[in-house]
Amino acid sequence: MDVAAPPAVDVRAFTRRFGDVTAVDSLTFDVRPGELFGFIGPDGAGKTTLFRTLVTLLVPDAGSVRVLGYDVVTDLWTLRSRVGYMPGRFSLYPDLSALENLRFFASVFGTSVEEGMSIIEPIWRQLAPFADRRAGALSGGMKQKLALCCALVHAPEILFLDEPTTGVDAVSRREFWDLLDRLRDGGLTIVVSTPYMDEASRCDRVALMQQGRILLVDTPAAIRAAYPRPLFAVQAPDRLGILAVLRRFPHAAAVWPFGDVLHYTDARAGMDDGAIIDEVRAFVQANGVPSPGISAIPAGIEDAFMWHMAAGTAGEQVG
Amino acid sequence: MRVILFLMRKEFLQVFRDKATVFQIFFIPVVQLLVLSNAATFDIKRTSLAVVDEDRTTVSTGLTQRLEGGGRFRVVREQPTTAGVEFALLDREVSAVLRIPHGFEADLVRERHASLQLQVNAEEGASAGIILTAAQAVLADYTRELGMTMGAAGVVRGPVLTIATQGWFNPSRNYKHYMVPAILVSLTTIIGLLLTAQNIAREKELGTLDQLNVTPITKGQFITAKLLPFWLLSLMIFTIGLLIGKFVFGIPTRGSIPLVYLATAVYLVVALGIGLFISTFTNTQQQTMFVAFFVMLIYLLMSGLFTPVDSMPRWAQWAAEVNPVKHFAVILRAVLVKGAGWEVVARPILILAVGGVGILTLAVRKYSKQAH
Repeated sequence: MDVAAPPAVDVRAFTRRFGDVTAVDSLTFDVRPGELFGFIGPDGAGKTTLFRTLVTLLVPDAGSVRVLGYDVVTDLWTLRSRVGYMPGRFSLYPDLSALENLRFFASVFGTSVEEGMSIIEPIWRQLAPFADRRAGALSGGMKQKLALCCALVHAPEILFLDEPTTGVDAVSRREFWDLLDRLRDGGLTIVVSTPYMDEASRCDRVALMQQGRILLVDTPAAIRAAYPRPLFAVQAPDRLGILAVLRRFPHAAAVWPFGDVLHYTDARAGMDDGAIIDEVRAFVQANGVPSPGISAIPAGIEDAFMWHMAAGTAGEQVG
Repeated sequence: MRVILFLMRKEFLQVFRDKATVFQIFFIPVVQLLVLSNAATFDIKRTSLAVVDEDRTTVSTGLTQRLEGGGRFRVVREQPTTAGVEFALLDREVSAVLRIPHGFEADLVRERHASLQLQVNAEEGASAGIILTAAQAVLADYTRELGMTMGAAGVVRGPVLTIATQGWFNPSRNYKHYMVPAILVSLTTIIGLLLTAQNIAREKELGTLDQLNVTPITKGQFITAKLLPFWLLSLMIFTIGLLIGKFVFGIPTRGSIPLVYLATAVYLVVALGIGLFISTFTNTQQQTMFVAFFVMLIYLLMSGLFTPVDSMPRWAQWAAEVNPVKHFAVILRAVLVKGAGWEVVARPILILAVGGVGILTLAVRKYSKQAH
């Protein structure tokens, strides 16, 4: 990753409205060349609007959006042959075979499957047995790999993937991210969006988006490390009962269910973990719930996002 | 441009792979033309008739026989009283009731004048008119004949005026010569317009339109590649229809066939352009279907294909001037049936050409704005 090189994506105060709704609100960020950059956020955060603008399908209402140094409005024709885009929904021809789809997209980019094979070979290898099967009849994971091949066959310099793993099984998702790793290692800049928090940790840097704004941008490690308060895992048989009690605890900053445990964040920074555990335990017992198992844990990406999202929403309500 | 060829190859691949589309393009029009041309006719062949013969004389039976003998009427009820005939009309058992009152023959002989009653089911105005005309013709013939057999005491007074009519261009008044071109125009319009509109709506629905829009394909290339295949397919359908019309229904082809094709080629640009335009503001195939059918229904019904434009109200006649179907119908009938040449159809072809350029410009503008 070359920090000094001009950014692969350079977005300054980009705003896009649809009628009265501001889908993207004065967004500013950049993506460095060779980076695997992730956008995390709930549905409706503005991720798709942002991606559609980055790939020249939408025009910004305000601000500047530059990809590979080209403006998405004025230089769109230069840009279109250098950008790869895989929309969230499967967007290939279901009635054409896998190979026919690939051949078609290669041809409209003025290249051929043979020319593009060096780039897509690792992915195509897995698809080759199904080359003559209609794209509509492929499994979810295979469809997604085919879409990736079609987005890569013209050897783009940057790849935009809008929620590529939504609706794909866990194994295929992991395989897909392994492919992205390999592509990034080959020098390709990749911008990806996902609603899955666990996928965020596989990016070089992630941006948390909510309501058209970026709440924070950093490396996954830095985001985890920057968790501002002490965090504890609380284990109890009656999860919902203890959740209700903990939320009444005067020092509780956040209590969220995480699988079969609760994540409890104390509002007091700089206090000794042991002292907090004792206090929480005493409060829970005083409220008639048997003593839970409590242990201090490091924050995960998801904790960090939940925290920032709650803070973002609170800020929205106040402001 | 090579890209256009690649895009077109993809369209043809998709069309011929999809059995439903192939069926829609080649089978349905043929069947419709064959079935509709035979069925959609105003010709009165055998009108079911009830005769209430209260007179029961030679003259009254002779009249009944004459009506039946002409081949255009079928006497399904013959009865001495009116009992039940009204219900038979209501029930559509008969289309007309002829009542010969008591004393018909006597009146005719004595006063040289007698009355008959003919009741016709006028639910469908046009066919009622035709039944009436046919019945009057039989009656007139019969009266004249009676006049002759009765000699000097004949029923018809004064000089007998006969009008000899001759239909030009379609002397046998073969209804198919009128109907087959109309159905051909409708089918070509429906298939061409619908295929184009549906095809682009489908790309939108699939999300592949976005995928195409991020490629270096220009709007002009895209639209050319979309229109050309369906233009060719529509011309093929038209050709199949024309061959069926000629060899199955024997419609005349008096004018120049290249002129017919020139007009069709220009007309199809308009029809496909309308389809393209519709698809620029719809998002799904279903929406497209609704809008396209709405538009086509108006165009077809107001075109003069099935009811003459001349009998429409003034505003509708003006509206028909901007109806491409009307102009195409005029050209087709003029060239095929009347053998008209370039000097007659130049104006409507020019109007179509202007319309084609107009609608395509509009569609391309609208499409470009949308797709950025």
